[in-house]
Amino acid sequence: MTRIQIITIVINVIFIAYISRLIIKGKLREEYAIVWCICTFVLIVFSFWTKGLELISKLFGVFDPPNLVFTAFIFIILIYLLHLSVVSSKSHQSINRLTQELALLKEKMKKAENEDKGV
Amino acid sequence: MTKILIIIPCYNEGNTLPLILEQLLHLDLPAHYRMEIAVVNDCSKDDTKMVADLYPVVVLDLLVNLGIGGAVQTGFLYARENGFDLAVQIDGDGQHPPWELKKLLAFYEETRTSIIIGSRFLTEGGFKSSFARRMGIRYFHWLNKLLTGKNIYDSTSGFRLFDKAGIAIAAEKYPDEFPEPASLVLFSKSGLSVREVPVVMSERLAGKSSIRNFVSLYYCIKVTISMLFIFIRKI
Repeated sequence: MTRIQIITIVINVIFIAYISRLIIKGKLREEYAIVWCICTFVLIVFSFWTKGLELISKLFGVFDPPNLVFTAFIFIILIYLLHLSVVSSKSHQSINRLTQELALLKEKMKKAENEDKGV
Repeated sequence: MTKILIIIPCYNEGNTLPLILEQLLHLDLPAHYRMEIAVVNDCSKDDTKMVADLYPVVVLDLLVNLGIGGAVQTGFLYARENGFDLAVQIDGDGQHPPWELKKLLAFYEETRTSIIIGSRFLTEGGFKSSFARRMGIRYFHWLNKLLTGKNIYDSTSGFRLFDKAGIAIAAEKYPDEFPEPASLVLFSKSGLSVREVPVVMSERLAGKSSIRNFVSLYYCIKVTISMLFIFIRKI
């Protein structure tokens, strides 16, 4: 086993431990954690299986293996960012609705209170 | 008896609000109208809420700043919930003189149009805003005509009257940021009639427009996109 393999494996283990801690503490929802778990899993596989990257590069017809890594990861990151924008738009909409409903409820309560005082 | 709700979206309008509310409360509308005023406080940092509380008006207090569209929509939700027949949106900055409201109402009585827009550009006189802004407004006129086939000159005007059908649609899906031009496409697609009435507007007494210079390009792009997508989307 080469030195770089050991380094990547150690980093991966730390990363997975950190993700688990975030989930346990309730700071990260499981559905977002899935992506990160898959990423670490892929990294771990390739740290053990050094020939793997070259093999897959040949399969895709990529001349230089690192290029495959960059292309694939940039693509995945872009998709994930889009997903995050969708998530954020959705929560934006929910906050809108909640705020409006709250304002209407507050007004209704105030009205009811005033009527009580009137009687 | 016609129940009419005046919706005033406010963001830091504590200085101008008293004058508008005074003028509105002393407006002598024909006897068959029963008017109620709803001030929507869009999380103002000044004393807007306290000022509004001094008057016999409904105060809808938003805890989070939603922007003009979200604020006005709160008013429509209130109107729908309480069975109002008409809703009129008036800006809180003094741009829309309350007595011009009568022109919108008269036009409504005459034509029963669903959406009536108070327009700066159909008459002489009054405040017309800057050159760049007028160019933008001409662009939106063109885009709106392309998408809906209707001639609306002052598509950014926030001085509008909505009937029951208009209230229902606006309460459901009013655009949240820079809503004025985009909502025209929405109303046209929903099959509502949209017409313009000339009104005289004054220069805002205080505060800034929600459309400032450095964001105007962003404004144009954003509104163009939302108009196109409302046009494509199924109602």
